[in-house]
Amino acid sequence: MTGRITKRIAELLVLLIVLSILTFLLMYLAPGDPAQKRLSSQGVAVTKEMLDAERERMGLARPFFVRYGEWAWGVIRGDFGLSLKDDMPVAPKLREGLSNTIVLASASLILSLVFAIPLGILSAVKKNSIFDHTVRILSFIGNSLPNFLISVILMYFFCIWLDLFPIIASGSIQGLFLPALSLAIPMCARFTRQIRAEIQKELERDYVTGLRARGVKESDVLIKNVLYNCMGHIFTIIALQIGTLMGGSVVIETIFRWPGIGKLVMDSITARDYPVIMGFVLIMGTIYVAVNLLSDIICQVIDPRVENE
Amino acid sequence: MSREKQRLKKKMIFAAVCAAILVIIAVFSGVIAPNDPYATNATLIRKPPSAEFIFGTDNMGRCVFSRVLIGARTTIAATFFLVAISFVIGTLIGMLCGYYGGVVDDILMRFADLMLAFPQMVVAIAVAGMLGGGLFGALLALGVTAWTSFARLARSHTLSIKNEPYITVARLSGKKGAYIILHHILPNIVEPVLVNALTQIGTTMIGISGLSFLGLGVVAPQAEWGSMISEGRAYIQIAPWTVLFPAAATVITIIVFNYLGDVVMEYKNE
Repeated sequence: MTGRITKRIAELLVLLIVLSILTFLLMYLAPGDPAQKRLSSQGVAVTKEMLDAERERMGLARPFFVRYGEWAWGVIRGDFGLSLKDDMPVAPKLREGLSNTIVLASASLILSLVFAIPLGILSAVKKNSIFDHTVRILSFIGNSLPNFLISVILMYFFCIWLDLFPIIASGSIQGLFLPALSLAIPMCARFTRQIRAEIQKELERDYVTGLRARGVKESDVLIKNVLYNCMGHIFTIIALQIGTLMGGSVVIETIFRWPGIGKLVMDSITARDYPVIMGFVLIMGTIYVAVNLLSDIICQVIDPRVENE
Repeated sequence: MSREKQRLKKKMIFAAVCAAILVIIAVFSGVIAPNDPYATNATLIRKPPSAEFIFGTDNMGRCVFSRVLIGARTTIAATFFLVAISFVIGTLIGMLCGYYGGVVDDILMRFADLMLAFPQMVVAIAVAGMLGGGLFGALLALGVTAWTSFARLARSHTLSIKNEPYITVARLSGKKGAYIILHHILPNIVEPVLVNALTQIGTTMIGISGLSFLGLGVVAPQAEWGSMISEGRAYIQIAPWTVLFPAAATVITIIVFNYLGDVVMEYKNE
């Protein structure tokens, strides 16, 4: 088991190095000259001499790998460079945004799991009942709703009709509810569908028939055997949704003005503030890959059979 | 054919008919639209739905109904285009990798793994942001990751049939690799890959309208549902119809295509 995990960690490191090169390449090839942008944003008429001097000062004239190496070395030490917008270090901005995003993401994850796990299980157990059909239809619809649309509907309903919540979230607990709900609804639908499918597949296995034939209590069959055996898969399902959650949070944070990393990156895209965007991609990629590795490890600990597959 | 299968077949036909209707509406939207979707009119700003403008007018006095119709063309055409391109490129790469194997296979599949290893929307937002908006940028941004699922699928199916006797016979009778791939492998693996294409339509549509909503997709004034919702959001309080109708159109379209994908998938597994 440790051998496999060591191999996965080695793979992860290679993956991150390639990601960082690709990210840097993307910025390197991106249209627009940061030096030009910077000078014109200061409101001065730009001459060629000034432009060359500014490029020199910002280190834009050096070769690709020198610039990449310098950036990567900084990132390893937790320094993501200076913002092109206001010359402030990027790292503290990213850190602050990330902590707000984690609050939002965890809230929506918990919210969706609280509903999805019981609904998924009950729906699988009572297959083809009215309850099951209702859950299936609702989760199908939820899965088809883009989260920006949900947020607009929720905003209209709660903020304008009912006047219950502030429209601009700005980091308060009260403001957390609507963005978290917007993210949770489609995610909850997806979880419910997947958990239902997983449990139902497990319930059709021979050992379940065997247990029932021997007169084991149905609740014991369900909790001690079926649920236990599905746990690994459920962890994987959750880990795979983290990526969608990250993409979704960019949209939702922008709509509700939640001060997370997603809103930060959207503001930076408008301002062509490349260091922030690079940091964002790298941080999100790292978290996603790490979460998936973690879920793999958890799966193996719960269910040692996984290793043989 | 079992009763269950017959029931699923009926559902499948129903879903396919609904999808076909949507596509036909999108194709003929230019003819159906009662008004010019881009004509602004200062005297008709934010008029509620009426006989003349059945979906009302937006902030610039443009006919929302016409814009929703034309938007259907933008959204559906862009989605189909992206799925079709990813399907062709992904299937081709998958078949080549599966059939020939070797170093190229290793490199391409590693690359596909890499693309799958990162959240699609995060990659798309970064790429689209870098390219500075525009529908082409958004499609490219989603395409960077979209081809991988086709390539993986095509590759694994190619691997499972490449040692079948009929392929060996074709090879022994002197047929070239390209001929075998196109005439023997493609017809035998195309079905599962096509089903995958069908299930990708809904997700792709969500992606495209999401990017447009963020301002990273179509450029104003072009009509697209995501950007219409984003525009209408600012005055939802006084003119809710500017959001309601494009939103309903988006939801209905995604539901129809997701349903079609689901039913076809179920039919195949039955």
